[in-house]
Parts: sequence; C-alpha cells; structure tokens
Amino acid sequence: MKQPRDSGPMTSPSERISAAIQAAVAKGRPALVGYLTAGFPTRRHFKDSLAAVAAVCDVVEIGVPFSDPMADGTTIQRASFAALADGVTLPWILDELKSIEPRHSAPVLLMSYLNPLLAFGIIELPRAARDAGVAGFIVPDLPFEESGDLHHALAGEGLALVQMVTPVTPPERLSMLCREAKGFVYAVTMTGTTGKSADGKFGDVPADVLEYMDRVKALSRVPVCAGFGIRSARQVARLAPHVDGVVVGSALVEALERGEDVGAFLKSLR
Amino acid sequence: MSSPRRAAAEPVTLPDGKGRFGAFGGRYVPETLVPALDRLQAGIETHLHHPDFQAEFLHELKTWVGRPTALSHAPALAKRWGAQVWLKREDLAHTGAHKINNAVGQTLLAKRLGAKRIIAETGAGQHGVASAAAAARLGMPCTVYMGAVDVQRQAPNVDRMKLLGATVVAVTGGDQTLRAAIDEALRDWVSDPDGTYYSLGSAVGPHPYPYLVRELQSVIGREARAQMLEAAGRLPDVAVACVGGGSNAIGLFHPFLADAGVQLLGVEAGGRGAGLGDNAASLTYGTPGVLQGSYTLILQDAFGQVRETHSVSAGLDYSGVGPEHAYLMHSGRVSYESATDSESLDALAECAKYEGILPAIESAHAFAGARRFAEKNPGAHILIGCSGRGDKDMPILQNTLLKALHR
Repeated sequence: MKQPRDSGPMTSPSERISAAIQAAVAKGRPALVGYLTAGFPTRRHFKDSLAAVAAVCDVVEIGVPFSDPMADGTTIQRASFAALADGVTLPWILDELKSIEPRHSAPVLLMSYLNPLLAFGIIELPRAARDAGVAGFIVPDLPFEESGDLHHALAGEGLALVQMVTPVTPPERLSMLCREAKGFVYAVTMTGTTGKSADGKFGDVPADVLEYMDRVKALSRVPVCAGFGIRSARQVARLAPHVDGVVVGSALVEALERGEDVGAFLKSLR
Repeated sequence: MSSPRRAAAEPVTLPDGKGRFGAFGGRYVPETLVPALDRLQAGIETHLHHPDFQAEFLHELKTWVGRPTALSHAPALAKRWGAQVWLKREDLAHTGAHKINNAVGQTLLAKRLGAKRIIAETGAGQHGVASAAAAARLGMPCTVYMGAVDVQRQAPNVDRMKLLGATVVAVTGGDQTLRAAIDEALRDWVSDPDGTYYSLGSAVGPHPYPYLVRELQSVIGREARAQMLEAAGRLPDVAVACVGGGSNAIGLFHPFLADAGVQLLGVEAGGRGAGLGDNAASLTYGTPGVLQGSYTLILQDAFGQVRETHSVSAGLDYSGVGPEHAYLMHSGRVSYESATDSESLDALAECAKYEGILPAIESAHAFAGARRFAEKNPGAHILIGCSGRGDKDMPILQNTLLKALHR
C-alpha cells in the first residue's frame, strides 16, 4: 500500500473536504463553495483570483475548461471558451496549483468534463492532482455507472469523486448515490444547466426543492451542498436550514468577469 | 484466398447491457439525464419490436415516406468504372434523405412515451427537416437546433423546417456546426427531461441512441439486401456508405454484417487533407475519447479538447462518430477511408451528368470511395448508399462546381 506522502494530519484529501464543510456548519453557517473557471478572465491573474475566492470560501471548485460544456449555461460556456482561447490546459492548471506556497486552507476540487481527464491519463492523474494539492474531482458527464475506473484511481490517493444528484433522480437511485458519495453530495437545485436562477416562478427557492434537499440530507453520510443557480444571500438563507453548504458558480464567474471585488461579493452571500 | 475481413462475420448481438460495442459506446451524461435515458431504454424494450409499433412504423414508412426506396442499376457509372454499380436510393425517400426513417420512428416512440414536444439537432438540415415533418404529421411541436454556420450554408432547409412548423434555433456558441447543435439540444433536454423527447439524428450519443438509430435505419440494408438478390441474383461484393455520425452507414451495413462475402466500406469526409481541423474523418484520424455521451473516436488535441472540423458537406462535418463504427473498424469487419472535398464534388458531378441523379454532397463521398474500390476490383458488384439528394446543397454547389462550370 502507498504511504501518505503528506506530512500533515492523517486525514485523506477526501475527508478534508467533508471536514471543511462540517467546520462551517459547526460555526452555525452553511459552507460556501466557490467556483471559478481556471485562467478566466486571464491566465496571468488566475492565482490572484483563486486566492481571493479561497480567502472567503470553505471549499473551492476550479473549472477545467472544455470545448463541449454540455451541462453549463452561457456564463460558464463563455468563460470556458475564453480560457481555452487563452491556452489554459489541465497540465497548466496543475502546475499553477503546485506553485502556490503556502497552500490555501480551503480544500480545492477540480470540476472537469471527462475527456480532458482521459487525455491526461486516468493512471497519472491522481498522483499529479494530489501533488498539486487537489482534494477531489467533480465530473459532470460521468454518471455513477461509468465512474468505476476513475473512482478507484482517485481513491488510491485518497481523492474524492463527488457525486451529483438531481430533483429528478428516482428514490432508489438517490439512496444508492448518497450511500456511495465521497467528500460531499452535490445536490443540483433544478433540472437545467448552470447559471439560471434557482428561484421558482414565485421568486424564491421553491418549497419542493427544500423538501428534496431534506431527503438528500437524510440519506447522505457526507455533507450535502446545493448548487446551480445560487446568486443571492436570500437564496442562501432559505437553503441554509436544509443543506450543509451552497455552491456559487456562474454568479461568481460573472463577478470576476466584471472585475469586481469577489471577496466582498462572496461575503455578501453569507 | 479470402482476406480476414471477408472471413470475419460479426455477431449481431451488440451493444451489451451497458450500451457497449466492445470498448466503445456507454453513457456519459449529466446525472439529470440518466433517468430520462433509462425511461427511453425501457420504452424501446417495450415498444420498438412490439408488433403494434412495428405495424404503425412500417405503415408510415410505406404510405408516407415512400418505402421501399428503389434500387437503381447505374449503367453509365458501371461502364465508366468497369464494375457493376447499384444505388440504394434513399434520396427518393420523403424529405430527401434516409434521415426520415429515424425521425418517424423516434417521433412515434416519443408519442408512446407521453412526450409533449420534440427537439432535434441538425447539421445539413436533413434531420431537422425530417423531424419537423414527422412532428407535423404526428401533431407534436418541434424545436430544431442548428449551428449558425450551417444555417447559412444550408439555407433552403431552414426555410423548409419553418414551413413545416418547426422552431429553428441558430446556435452561435462553440463551433457553430453540428457539434454545437448537439450540445445545445442536450442543454434543452437537461432543462426538461420529463416532458421533452430528444430525437437524436445520428447513431451517436449516449446509450441507447446508437442502438435505437441503428434499429430504425436498418430498413435501408434489409431492403437493399433483398433487392440485390432480386435484381442481381446475388449479394454485392461491397456495400459503400458515407460516414459522418454514421446513421445511414450503419443502417446499410448492419443487415450485411453476417454475410461474410460482402465487404463493407465507410467513407469519411477527408476535407482539405490530413491535418487536425482540415477534415471530419474521426475514424481515419481520430483518437479515443468521450464526446457527447459516448466513448468513441474523436478529433481532439493532446489535452482532450475537441477540435473544429472541416468538410464541404455539412452533414459529415462532425468531430466524432457512432461508437458502433469505432467497434467495427477495430474488429476489422468494416473498412473506413476518406474522400476529400474535391474528390467528392467530382463524384457528385459525374453521377449527376451520367446517371441523372444529383446526390447530396454527403452521399457523394460514398460515390468517390466506390469509384476507388472499382479501380482496384474490376468487375466487382458495388452497392452504394445514395443517402440523400443534393437539392439542399445548391448554395454550396453554386460556389464550387457551378463556378468552375461558368468560368
């Protein structure tokens, strides 16, 4: 068996993700998970943008840009295409992360469609990711049934493969997915792509979404974070009693795009 | 001596339960679509081979699509090429291409599954027109996603879709061709997986689409096989079809897979040449990866980014290919090569002038491949899948062949 190469505490990267979320909950607030597309708006400012997000968020998701982001709405599509045009690649992202000293205390996950990971090499990926301080992966086009190879490869380095669940996931499947989840369960708030508003037609997160979050929470042994379409403090407050954390993606990318103070924006959501 | 390719007849039991054709295929989609694909698969198991569904499907094919389509002997091409040439005339099918077989079948299935609306993607516009027509016929609203580049170069088909009552959405993101249109259709479907039926137009995408499209298109090969036996008294030495996503090719090939004496030849879009971005020949030049729900061969860079393609033919201009074709290439049962833009336009001109048939530029790639086969195999009996007619290609032909003619 591999020896842990980190000299720090004996927790795996996967457990660090769960612990970071639980630490926020222990302080009486939902964990804030911030998403930014790597190298957007510019490659040059990536580490600064990341630092600003990591300073406020409990967990950070870094988007690996992809040519065919089929689960993403217009904001993250735009950011992905711009980052690709600027030459962002997965090896570049890992090199950048590796060069950060000291490491951010917020655990970092990579959110990537499957193909860039396959191109990097599923065998090589876990070690390279762990060396870069990455604690886990979210792969939006990899359903549980196809995830065995990547799951096992990542588990060898203690990295999480975060599972998504959705409002249309049937009950039996929901139980199965929650049972197998590592790091946290990513509960998608709605059917749709990223970036729309999670508000229903009555201008608020609908009651049935809150009930669904309660169901996920009851089934999961790891923390549950709600994501997709979360843009306001009002939404965060409404979801807070039902989840352990919230993911803010498109709204954060838009703030970065406008050149705003993202730290202030993120703090305003709490 | 028989070549290994001739000897290896394929078992026709694929895909397996996970939607795999050997290593290829599978189901790589957002979690939101998993239940929708499970329902589709259950619906296929319930309905597709049920006598009631088959009776209705075959009735529509016969009385509305105009099947069986003719098998034409091509005496002039035969003489010019020194071979026997037979054309399976999908260009004679309603709406002008083989796409209608699949569109009718999937729309009938959508109705049985209780869907409220149909969405479709289209490259050349043929699947869009076919879907719009089938939806109109069966009384369902239809939205078609089409890359903005294709909207421009296949303008006649855009207007046809509109007259048939469909909403056409020009996709300006991504590569603005077929791949971007599929991405956008998937986004639409993710937003309403319960009420919307996604009628995918080629043998690509997540399981069970490659299987479903193959089953619905296999009518091409079944008819052609029987027609060859009747007209020529024998099976062809080779069946040739163009391959973009590969729906007409798999439809023609599949009923011949068990005929060890029939070679199968798929012809991809060779575009301007071999460089990445200069062609759309995923089998010839691609590498394994996951695109739009399926593990298959794709045109990508070293970092797994899917690259833009080039082909004079909008219907073949796609960075991936159906997973069953990737499998059939690896198993050796089917050979694949490519024909360039100019070879294909030459073949189109030859067929039009000497046979009185204007094939689609897509189909012309098959003619170019068949002609090459004839050069190497004098006297061979060649069956060509003439997958569609070229009327929709007039804007492109005005800028290519006709320009040269007028010079």
